[in-house]
Amino acid sequence: MSAVPADLQYTAEHEWVRLEGDVATVGITQYAADALGDVVYVDLPKVGAALAAGSIVGEVESTKSVGELYAPLDGEVVEANSAVVDAPETINSDPYGEGWLVKVRVSSTPALLSADEYRALIGE
Amino acid sequence: MSIPFVDRHIGIDADARQLMLDALGYASLDALMDAAVPTAIRQSAPLRSLPAPATEAEALAELRALAAHNRVRRSMIGQGYYGTVTPAVIQRNVLENPSWYTAYTPYQPEISQGRLEALLNFQTMVSELAGLHTANASMLDEATAVVEGMLLARRASGSTSNVFLVDSDIFAQTRAVLDGRAEAVGLELQYLPLAETDPAELPEAFGVFVQYPAASGRVWDPSAVIARVKERGGLAIVAADLLALTLITSPGELGADVAVGTTQRFGVPMGFGGPHAGYLAVREGLERQMPGRLVGVSKDADGRPAYRLTLQTREQHIRRDKATSNICTAQVLLAVMASMFGVYHGPDGLRRIAEGVHAQAAGFAARLHAAGIEVAHADFFDTLEVRVPGRAAEIVETARERDLLLWQVDSDTVRFSFDEVTAASGIGFSRAADGLAADLAAVFGLSDGFGVSLTPHLPEGLRRASEYMTHPVFHVHRSETAMMRYLKRLADRDYALDRGMIPLGSCTMKLNAATEMAAVTWPEFSGLHPFAPLDDVQGSLVMIGHLETWLAELTGYDAVSLQPNAGSQGELAGLLAIRGYHRSRGDVHRTVCLIPSSAHGTNAASAVLAGMRVVVIATTETGDVDLADLRAKIAEHRDELAALMITYPSTHGVYEHEVMEVTAAVHEAGGQVYIDGANLNALLGYARYGDIGGDVSHLNLHKTFCIPHGGGGPGVGPVAAKAHLAEFLPGHPLAQMHLHPPFDHSTGHVGTVEHRGAPVSAAPYGSASILPISWAYARMMGAQGLTDATANAVLAANYVALRLRDHYPVLYAGENGLVAHECILDLRPLKEATGIGNDDVAKRLMDYGFHAPTMSFPVAGTLMIEPTESEDLAELERFIQAMIAIRLEADAVAAGEWPADDNPLVNAPHTAESVIAGEWQHAYSRELAVYPSSGDRTAKYWPPVRRVDQAYGDRNLVCACPPISAFA
Repeated sequence: MSAVPADLQYTAEHEWVRLEGDVATVGITQYAADALGDVVYVDLPKVGAALAAGSIVGEVESTKSVGELYAPLDGEVVEANSAVVDAPETINSDPYGEGWLVKVRVSSTPALLSADEYRALIGE
Repeated sequence: MSIPFVDRHIGIDADARQLMLDALGYASLDALMDAAVPTAIRQSAPLRSLPAPATEAEALAELRALAAHNRVRRSMIGQGYYGTVTPAVIQRNVLENPSWYTAYTPYQPEISQGRLEALLNFQTMVSELAGLHTANASMLDEATAVVEGMLLARRASGSTSNVFLVDSDIFAQTRAVLDGRAEAVGLELQYLPLAETDPAELPEAFGVFVQYPAASGRVWDPSAVIARVKERGGLAIVAADLLALTLITSPGELGADVAVGTTQRFGVPMGFGGPHAGYLAVREGLERQMPGRLVGVSKDADGRPAYRLTLQTREQHIRRDKATSNICTAQVLLAVMASMFGVYHGPDGLRRIAEGVHAQAAGFAARLHAAGIEVAHADFFDTLEVRVPGRAAEIVETARERDLLLWQVDSDTVRFSFDEVTAASGIGFSRAADGLAADLAAVFGLSDGFGVSLTPHLPEGLRRASEYMTHPVFHVHRSETAMMRYLKRLADRDYALDRGMIPLGSCTMKLNAATEMAAVTWPEFSGLHPFAPLDDVQGSLVMIGHLETWLAELTGYDAVSLQPNAGSQGELAGLLAIRGYHRSRGDVHRTVCLIPSSAHGTNAASAVLAGMRVVVIATTETGDVDLADLRAKIAEHRDELAALMITYPSTHGVYEHEVMEVTAAVHEAGGQVYIDGANLNALLGYARYGDIGGDVSHLNLHKTFCIPHGGGGPGVGPVAAKAHLAEFLPGHPLAQMHLHPPFDHSTGHVGTVEHRGAPVSAAPYGSASILPISWAYARMMGAQGLTDATANAVLAANYVALRLRDHYPVLYAGENGLVAHECILDLRPLKEATGIGNDDVAKRLMDYGFHAPTMSFPVAGTLMIEPTESEDLAELERFIQAMIAIRLEADAVAAGEWPADDNPLVNAPHTAESVIAGEWQHAYSRELAVYPSSGDRTAKYWPPVRRVDQAYGDRNLVCACPPISAFA
């Protein structure tokens, strides 16, 4: 059983979104982090980058696999988590907290999954 | 009467065979194979081209006869291949030592610390000579390393230009390979005489390539050109001669982003073209863009320094079509030799060799100058380009009559290179002793005289000042005794085939017989320059002709090229042949390549490099190609369909029954079928790719045909094709024969097919000096022996599956519940039930004295076992017992006898130190830790390190030798 916080929204690509006003914080779920194994490297989009929902904007790497980072919504990157770039293992230890990846100013309301819907998706 | 070689090669004797067949319930091997291999694909035509098997003595005699048809002259051809002296201690203790050459790629770092250290020395030596931050653990050759540099520049450059600038003064073979590879992926090359071009006039480009020294021998300063290209967002790739770099400024100091080249002249014989280790080094920041294997330093579970392959996510087995390259097998054994050359000579020794070479070249240049003969360039290292208007051909011929080979550039120009071998014959002071200089002088009609140059010929601004190879490893193994012991110490750390079975699925780790290896070091094969004259290489060409003929018939194809020097390159050549074929028919839009999700990573990576777009086909629950999905994808991409790539038997170890339906569906839609030949060991003699719908395949001679794995290379990956693709197979501008097969003295026939595709290797016949290995194997086994090998390989795999299936589920099987030559054990249920994963099983097998089977390919969480036909029943039993015992240990964990975080499995492997030093505070005994089986304790293999921390290594990238203090 992996944690699926009820107060977040999710995507089919195993990402979570915390929407506060028009700024969304994005990260990967514990399910994704567990599947990857020890994260060793993160490649994040730059501040100012325009994101189109569904496009590949970065990646998360472990020693054995690469997970692509998909933009869960349309918007502009306003902050990238440099702490996680320096200590990628934070994604494993605290995927929903310190392991956040980017903050995005949302340009249109995104279509996301609820916690229940995501839990159903991962079969838990 | 000597024992037939087949009985030395196949490990299973008659009694064992009977026991195994009885257990499986088959009356004979024929009955087993009739049940295992689908009837519809069985070949009917008997194999005719292979002669009746020769004994080992007969094979050696025939090889000597072939060798006698080669003539090794003193080569000064240069152009990327130079005479070098292989130190005898390295030849005997590395090249001729099964502990080094039978090792596998070091994916299990705990049992590979020896060769990992040798490769780290290689990386350190190369990166420091190149003046760059990080070097990888070898490329296939210089020309493909240049291509990899170009592709790296394309990936890493922010420039929107599609142009790659190339200096016109580069080797002809580099140019030919570069042209073909750039065209395939749509990159535009612009050739310019960069030494004479004003940097301000350079067009914008994503990169620039310069050869340093240039092919003509000229040493010039490319830093202004480099700076200009970089200013505009491009990357600079420099192909640099490593011996020259001991005397001239490094590419890194000139501003290069990437340096590439070959390490051949560091003690690896020219070998009629190979094998040699290429190199690639990058500046800091470009590490994740590097292709190929990269060795790094991490730590083990006891905190000790430990080596491992690092940043594997760059590579094809993980990133597939998005990989940095398709390279898989590289040239590890040769990289080890070159690194030991550096260790044995040290930086001072290398510099002394370089100074001797340069002095000899300069001395001769002075003599030419004194005689009024024009030397093209004032600045050079080892190569002189000489103008002899209208007389070039005559000069080259006169030289040949004196047993000297020079290089003809055109009707007015010759080039020749001095090297470690020519320098060893003196520097021209004594006429009597210096045969070479006397012969050269005679060729140019020079009067007797001294040749001493007091004029420096290396530009002052380019004299090397920076240090290199300061690490103690390059200074402390200088006596032969020290070197011998260093090599032994490293070899002792590793687990190779000379210790026990390496049951890696799809790697086919079978016997590399001593007789097969013998001819590799004969001077008649190892001493040939790849561009030596036709008359001098007839023995090798006949051997090549034999192999091309035999391999074609064995696989049901019409044409074979031995040029690709790895399976990945064979794949690329095959896909390029398909591409060439479609384009020749006007079908330029046919660019889609269908690849099953279970395919080896190189398939997808190669398709991208051949300019194709990958579309993935689903596999069914049973591991077969999903026919419905295939038909749907064919329909969707019908007009753009270029090819389908499949592996047969599948990567799941199953002879898929519908393979002919699959190939027919592709042909019907206008596509071509590529069959990956990695699993040929399950098919040879029973079915042929050409008969089941294949249009082209690659083979892995370092699998099925006994070329040793070398720790990760050398390999040979011939490409075999039907007649309609033959003209698109890779040719080479400098091949001695453009027709294939080249020669067959017995029939007096030269083949009639010209291979006109772009070359994929620097040398016309690839790694020609190791072809005698496969030649000897085929010659000593004969058609029946090869067939018997296949049947015994299938028998061994099925026996292991039978004995283990009560302890671990066997994931896939064909009809009759049989597997092919490998079986997959599903360890996922074990993980669920006990928390013990395939990682733990693999590491615990080390304590039992085994190399783990293939992990998590093609299915995550599994082990794929391929025993091969060479193992005897006793070894198979030892493995079976170990696997059963490990299962019981896992059950004990599940039953709570040991904690989940403190048991023999999760703590594996155990070093001697870990069970001796300090207090023992574990839930199990020390004896169980290191003597888990009832086997012979004196045969114990001791892993030198505990489990290596993979994540730590990827997060803290260190790719050069750590200081000695790290090991205190």
